Amino acid sequence: MTLSREEVAALGRLARIELSAEELDHLAPQLDQILEHVAQVSEVAAADIQPTSHPLPLTNVFRADEPKPCLTVEAALSGAPAVEGNRFRVPRILGEEA
Amino acid sequence: MSDIVHSSAAELAARIADREVTSVEVTQAHLDRIAAVEPAVHAFLHVDSERALAKAAEVDAKIGNGESVGPLAGVPLALKDVLTYSGAPTTCGSRILQDWVPPYDATVTKRLLAADIVILGKTNMDEFAMGSSTENSAFGPTHNPWDLDRIPGGSGGGSSASLAAFEAPLAIGTDTGGSIRQPAAVTGTVGVKPTYGGTSRYGLVALASSLDQPGPCARTVLDAALLHEVIAGYDPADSTSINAPVPPIVQAARSGDISGMRIGVVKEFAGEGYAPGVEHRFAEAVELLAGLGAEIVAVSCPNFRYAMPAYYLILPSEASSNLAKFDAMRYGLRVGDDGVASAEEVMAATREAGFGAEVKRRIMIGTYALSSGYYDAYYGQAQKVRTLIINDFARAYEQVDVLVSPTTPTTAFKIGEKVDDPLAMYLNDLCTIPSNLAGNASASFPVGLAPEDGLPVGLQVIAPPLADDRLYRVGAALERVLTEQWGGPLLSRVPDLGGPELEVVA
Amino acid sequence: MSVMDAVINYEDALAKYDPVLGLEVHVELNTRTKMFCGCINQFGGEPNTHTCPVCLGLPGSLPVVNEKAVESAIRIGLALNCRIAEWCRFARKNYFYPDVPKNYQISQYDEPIAYDGHVEVEVDGQTYQIEIERAHMEEDAGKSLHIGGATGRIQGAEYSAMDYNRAGTPLIEIVTKPIEGTGAKAPQVARAYVSMLRDLVKALDVSDARMEQGSLRCDANVSLRPIGQQAYGLRTETKNVNSLRSIERALTYEITRQAAILQTGERVHQETRHFHEENGTTSPGRSKEEAEDYRYFPEPDLVPVAPSREWVEQLRGTLPEPPAQRRKRLAAEWGFSELEMRDAVSAGAIDLIEATVAAGAPAQSARKWWMGELSRKANDSGVELESVGMTPAQVAQLQALVDDRTINDKLARQVIEHVLAGEGDPAEVVKNRGLAVVSDDGALSEAVDAAIAANPDVAEKIRSGKLQAAGALIGAVMKAMKGQADAGRVRELILEKLGA
Repeated sequence: MTLSREEVAALGRLARIELSAEELDHLAPQLDQILEHVAQVSEVAAADIQPTSHPLPLTNVFRADEPKPCLTVEAALSGAPAVEGNRFRVPRILGEEA
Repeated sequence: MSDIVHSSAAELAARIADREVTSVEVTQAHLDRIAAVEPAVHAFLHVDSERALAKAAEVDAKIGNGESVGPLAGVPLALKDVLTYSGAPTTCGSRILQDWVPPYDATVTKRLLAADIVILGKTNMDEFAMGSSTENSAFGPTHNPWDLDRIPGGSGGGSSASLAAFEAPLAIGTDTGGSIRQPAAVTGTVGVKPTYGGTSRYGLVALASSLDQPGPCARTVLDAALLHEVIAGYDPADSTSINAPVPPIVQAARSGDISGMRIGVVKEFAGEGYAPGVEHRFAEAVELLAGLGAEIVAVSCPNFRYAMPAYYLILPSEASSNLAKFDAMRYGLRVGDDGVASAEEVMAATREAGFGAEVKRRIMIGTYALSSGYYDAYYGQAQKVRTLIINDFARAYEQVDVLVSPTTPTTAFKIGEKVDDPLAMYLNDLCTIPSNLAGNASASFPVGLAPEDGLPVGLQVIAPPLADDRLYRVGAALERVLTEQWGGPLLSRVPDLGGPELEVVA
Repeated sequence: MSVMDAVINYEDALAKYDPVLGLEVHVELNTRTKMFCGCINQFGGEPNTHTCPVCLGLPGSLPVVNEKAVESAIRIGLALNCRIAEWCRFARKNYFYPDVPKNYQISQYDEPIAYDGHVEVEVDGQTYQIEIERAHMEEDAGKSLHIGGATGRIQGAEYSAMDYNRAGTPLIEIVTKPIEGTGAKAPQVARAYVSMLRDLVKALDVSDARMEQGSLRCDANVSLRPIGQQAYGLRTETKNVNSLRSIERALTYEITRQAAILQTGERVHQETRHFHEENGTTSPGRSKEEAEDYRYFPEPDLVPVAPSREWVEQLRGTLPEPPAQRRKRLAAEWGFSELEMRDAVSAGAIDLIEATVAAGAPAQSARKWWMGELSRKANDSGVELESVGMTPAQVAQLQALVDDRTINDKLARQVIEHVLAGEGDPAEVVKNRGLAVVSDDGALSEAVDAAIAANPDVAEKIRSGKLQAAGALIGAVMKAMKGQADAGRVRELILEKLGA
């Protein structure tokens, strides 16, 4: 299971991280090492075991349909790198049609 | 009469309530201490003197007016920089959030403030809580007060170091795979990971949602219990929060009576990779427990050997999704926005510049493990291993009330020693990880210094979910007998970090 | 604007190919608060005034499920004859997009709350069974404004501005199983299905279901296979289909476009397409062949939803009359023929007729106006019947004016014009524009005399018993009176005066 440089780059794209050439070079073997370690989970015979997604046996946690105070616009926008009027200004979006 | 910064939180609280000393004095003494030792320790990322002193004054006024205040009122505390506290940066040790000031407080933060505790500032941590040494902080490592060339543990090294350096008597950490317990072990302090769901995660910047828990850190067992009681309990803002009363932890901490308790020693947590000094102190401590009336039982949890692989699949998977929100659009760092680059390009450039190496590694592993075609073999399989580990615990608890082990296989290693070997770094969490996977309550208590290097060793206690009080019972028992043996607290032996004459209040 | 695709004639396309449909409808719930936080769920509002750490996806925030949304989801599922899950979870759908604050959407993946349902729709007297694959809960994204480009659309924009008021709004996504056997009626069946869904969720009072406001959205999938072939062809998904009419137009276009491709021996490109209102065409958007890997996994911040059977049965008791049953009852009450009822259903006029009857009009009159004049007007303006610009109350008032002979049928049509132009209620219009029928016999008498005088031959015929000839004279009088006369009274006067 050796991860190629291209596969690492593809993962980077999926994760929206623009990995540098140096990173691609040394990440692949490190990731390989980690993946080899974690692949040990497959040694366990677990065909008839239920997976646990939660350590707690809770179900049906709901809240009533009652309004709560919202943030002020200022607070909502307070961390914004760029603002236009009362909106978050973001660079042009590629991708699908609006 | 011990001086202010060497007092326990309980002592300080009593003296403040009795108006023997003011919270302002206590707070100022700690701020002075911080100023003196921070150049060496670097436990804090942000010290909030103004607000801390204002809060202290407020508490003093309340006490002056005869208003009732909580059991820790006026006592200073260091808050791990992964919990939101509005009005000051919450960085999570990351460049990508280095100037982010949250517009809301975490539930834990709110409870601290409501309990009249004085928040001194935010402590250093491995970036986004990923690490065991605090070397992954984007803002430089924290240094272990026992030996400044060594790591204070991670991810919550700042919180544990602040305690060991007497910069604060109380701290809050968070624990996903040992990030409270392991730093406690290597700094000779007390650190507790509550039962999963016992403390609210609202306002805790998520690493692995099904594993994270905020918890109390202190120098004494009672202090930790008092702090635990302040922060724990049901929170409707957290769907994974347990709607049940907090277990009677303070009572257990005051009692420390373990006669008749059945204590299981986990066979798998020993052997190769464990430093001799660690195993030595651990064995001694177990004997002490037996001497106090506990029944020691050997237990085996065979699936624990798969805990680390499962953990290093589950955590990165959840983290890769939790960290997707850091994309330069709404808050945090933005890189490369020259008016021409697209949003996608700016996102990728920002995450490249803003995340450190370990964070990137784990995001990649998680992205891979969740990819279509790989889910069943990796994440899906890891969730099954999780069930097996829970079953191992359940079987053990049929025979015993708690389990014990060394908290971490070695004492504090040198800064830089493991930073280039991710897997070697991960091994620090060997003993602590299973509790996070199963949602158990777990804690680390100091049990001495390793003979070969004079560095602190911690003993881990693990209790079934909702039995957090058992941790404190065992911890208090150990603390009492060991303190007597040592002729004083272990931390009285920590090297003097210098600085101005400490004020002694008669 | 897209380069014009080749299309072939619709009938030719259907002669060779068999369409298979798949419809995904998103229903925005009308709960007071959002899906996972207590922010107000309200259309419009100043940007970013209805947000909180949770729906903004701020670090550290956590979702908490809105119980009312779960209730609405179950009721929708029951109304669609679905099975309700005994245990299900939310899942994260991971993808990066600026209108998705966490860069994942909390949705449901392989454990939807409702599944395996079925409904019936009727088109031109034929009933079609549509199977429902699933209905599941999820949260909506925010809204983007694209700034700097020529069209306000995303291509050519310089930058965008985000408003997260809508982020976190509860959505129920309803997905059909592949719909086969519709043949040439595919576009109408799709339209009828969405129209039925709209009626259904409105009857359940779980949504405003206003397509023009986006509280009911449809993505239409269609593929073609050669007639007789079992295997499905490659499909396209068309988005931006904002009205019932657009559904029909979009599918009709897609069928003809795909047929043209297949006819040349090429493969249809599996992709997402965008519908253009202006010319009824579609153009390519994101290519579905490079589908994003959503890396679904169970949402760790939420616990499973396990609706008790008691709760489900209690909710089943709150369901309104099923649409088919309601239609049968109304048809009987109104005395509509099967054909009349069917046409009214197709036109989406049932609720309107019902409201008009409730406002006092006879059912057949209500039908006449909505299915006649007002339907024509709606088609001309390209709007849905309910948005044509006249309310049921106004229609009832109009009919009352006809019934009490204040106006006649022809005048009523004029009144409608003016009401649609925004001049107020029918009664106001009649008053302001003096459109009432002249009831003064004197004026009528004069006009009748004039008409008789001007048409002596016709008058003679009438005197001699050919009463049908009165029609011409009536016409003349009506013309002279500019239509503002009661034709019946005019006839009476004519016959009186001519002693017939």
